[in-house]
Amino acid sequence: MNQLVDAILVFLLLTGFLLLASSRLAACIRAVAIQGVLLGLLAVGSQDGKLSTIGVLLPITSAAVKGFLLPWLLLRAMRDVDTVREIEPIISYNLSVMTGAIALAISLWLGQRLPLPDQPTSFLLVPTAFFTCLVGFILLVTRRKAITQVLGYLTLENGVYAFGTAVALNMPVLVELGILLDVFVGVFVMGIAIFHISRQFDHIDTDRLVSLSDRVR
Amino acid sequence: MIKLLVLIPAVAGAAAFFIGQDPIRRLLLVFTAIVHAVLSIASWIAPPPPSLNGWLAEDALGRLFLTLTSLLFLASSFYAVAYLRGERGQPHSDFEEGFLFSNAREASFTGCLLLFLAAMTVVTLSQHLGLLWVSVEATTLASAPLIYFHRHHRSLEATWKYLLICSVGIALALLGIFFLAVAASSPGTANVSLVLKDLLSAAPHLNPLWLKAAFVLMLVGYGTKMGLAPFHTWLPDAHSEAPSVVSALLSGALLNCAFLGILRIHQVCRASGLADFSEQLLLVLGLLSMAAAAIFITGQVDYKRMLAYSSVEHMGILAVGVGLGGAGLFGAMLHVVNHSLTKAMLFMVAGNLLAVYRTKTTKDVSGALSVLPVSGLLWILGFLAITGSPPFGPFLSELAILKAALDQGRAFVAIAYLIFLAIIMAGMATPALAMAQGTPSDTVVVPAGRGFALSAVPTILGASILLMGVYVPPVLTRTLLEAARLLGHI
Repeated sequence: MNQLVDAILVFLLLTGFLLLASSRLAACIRAVAIQGVLLGLLAVGSQDGKLSTIGVLLPITSAAVKGFLLPWLLLRAMRDVDTVREIEPIISYNLSVMTGAIALAISLWLGQRLPLPDQPTSFLLVPTAFFTCLVGFILLVTRRKAITQVLGYLTLENGVYAFGTAVALNMPVLVELGILLDVFVGVFVMGIAIFHISRQFDHIDTDRLVSLSDRVR
Repeated sequence: MIKLLVLIPAVAGAAAFFIGQDPIRRLLLVFTAIVHAVLSIASWIAPPPPSLNGWLAEDALGRLFLTLTSLLFLASSFYAVAYLRGERGQPHSDFEEGFLFSNAREASFTGCLLLFLAAMTVVTLSQHLGLLWVSVEATTLASAPLIYFHRHHRSLEATWKYLLICSVGIALALLGIFFLAVAASSPGTANVSLVLKDLLSAAPHLNPLWLKAAFVLMLVGYGTKMGLAPFHTWLPDAHSEAPSVVSALLSGALLNCAFLGILRIHQVCRASGLADFSEQLLLVLGLLSMAAAAIFITGQVDYKRMLAYSSVEHMGILAVGVGLGGAGLFGAMLHVVNHSLTKAMLFMVAGNLLAVYRTKTTKDVSGALSVLPVSGLLWILGFLAITGSPPFGPFLSELAILKAALDQGRAFVAIAYLIFLAIIMAGMATPALAMAQGTPSDTVVVPAGRGFALSAVPTILGASILLMGVYVPPVLTRTLLEAARLLGHI
């Protein structure tokens, strides 16, 4: 089981770098979709020994929503608003990847500093979760397209979910489903907002949403 | 009964999307609000038993926040019906830039309003911190379409910022909840209960390092939603672009709900002996929020943004009150009530002024007292109340917090608090008074057939603020004390 978990985590790290390095939105959406599926596998893989029905069904639902449903929605939104690439991110792709490397170092250090009471299945678990959160933040701050920002939010959420898996925390089913529903509806509403933004402004560059600010006498 | 409190607005909200006739849907909105208010008041007389394994239960804090939310929603529902009647006919021309825009469907607006109430009800009743998180995020999702009621580019921008900033903030709060679970788990046990009662009884054994990290994350997460500086950036945009009745609910009810999230984790920190840590952080963020508000209110040219920054200020005051602890807790609880009533009234009055003057620019509004006598008078009273002048409610609660700071010998906190209050009062005085006085320009016409509720609802709120200043009902005092005791007041 351990090797499987390690492999999943390494793939998760790679999707993070893929997100930082890629300018094509479709590739980014697919990377986030892969993350969703990996997280589902991780949740199943990190349960020790016996599998309960609910312990399998929940990760499958989550993987279906995050790996297929949301990416499909986002790909549709992308086609509707006719945007293929993230042109001119605020920092260059090379710099993004460099920032990612620094984020990875920080995550490894944090993983050392905050020891879990229970030895987790893999020492990579906590750093990977933190790294995924940080990648989400980097995307949120350095990208202009509304879709990429939604991807940043999803990545952040994936990182948080990975941490939840890492600590083998069994949230009650109701709460797990509630969290999943919130993420789904959240992305759905953001998707609608993106559609309106593109109709209203003829583009989805959020750095041009600047008409609201404090004017002072 | 607790389930009914949640289910009634949820079902009514879902139904509202499908009701085609405006009068029936508006009736449903008001009727649901009345039933909800009656149920939440009934819970003062007969406390309802816990529900869902004790995940939904009503303690003094929950009762206070629930009733406040419910009563404000009741007031807003009457105002909203009058407002929606006045918004008939498409398209509208924009006040500021003159382009034409249409409104969102009234059915979705009403539906989202009711779902928003349902989500806030769950927040106030949640004893399970995971469920609390789910419902706080649900309030964001239900209220985002409300901000985008007027379909134009400015409200869209505000909605986008609100959605993204708050969702990201709330995601951090979820990480905080996971950290809390780590803090509560001991080697070998997989199942950690995140029910407040269990957390409080296990508090002495919580891992302090993880608990501190959890508190910081949840403070940042819920603090974003509550509008504490420096995470408040979405707030002025959303409050200024939303319809005024929505701004009233955002300021008067939603910010309180986020505050409740912080109070819950603060309870856990106190019980495990980390009160100094969490109080210190709350004090710093509270004073920072007051400072930010003081800077942005001075010279603010848009009166709805001025009110929004005033909300940042008052959230700061609440954080300071809780950060001081002791007698400050009672002051903070009292201030929750006073601020909600006052700010909801001010936003409704601002909505009336906006509808008549068709501008949000302060200097283009003058002579409100002669154009709209009731709203103009309420505007002045509201300004006096919100800046803490006697004999209104906020004066008492702000004084109680100041007294707590002085009694504890925290001279720096007391002085900073007073300076910020003074700057804000001075910053709001000139524009607020200039709007009410003077002679109106000839182009201003009061539209015929304005709804009665547009003036009546803020008048009732205004009367209640005055009442809170001279006489706090003993039954309310008891609950406020009980709530303060939950937070550590002896």
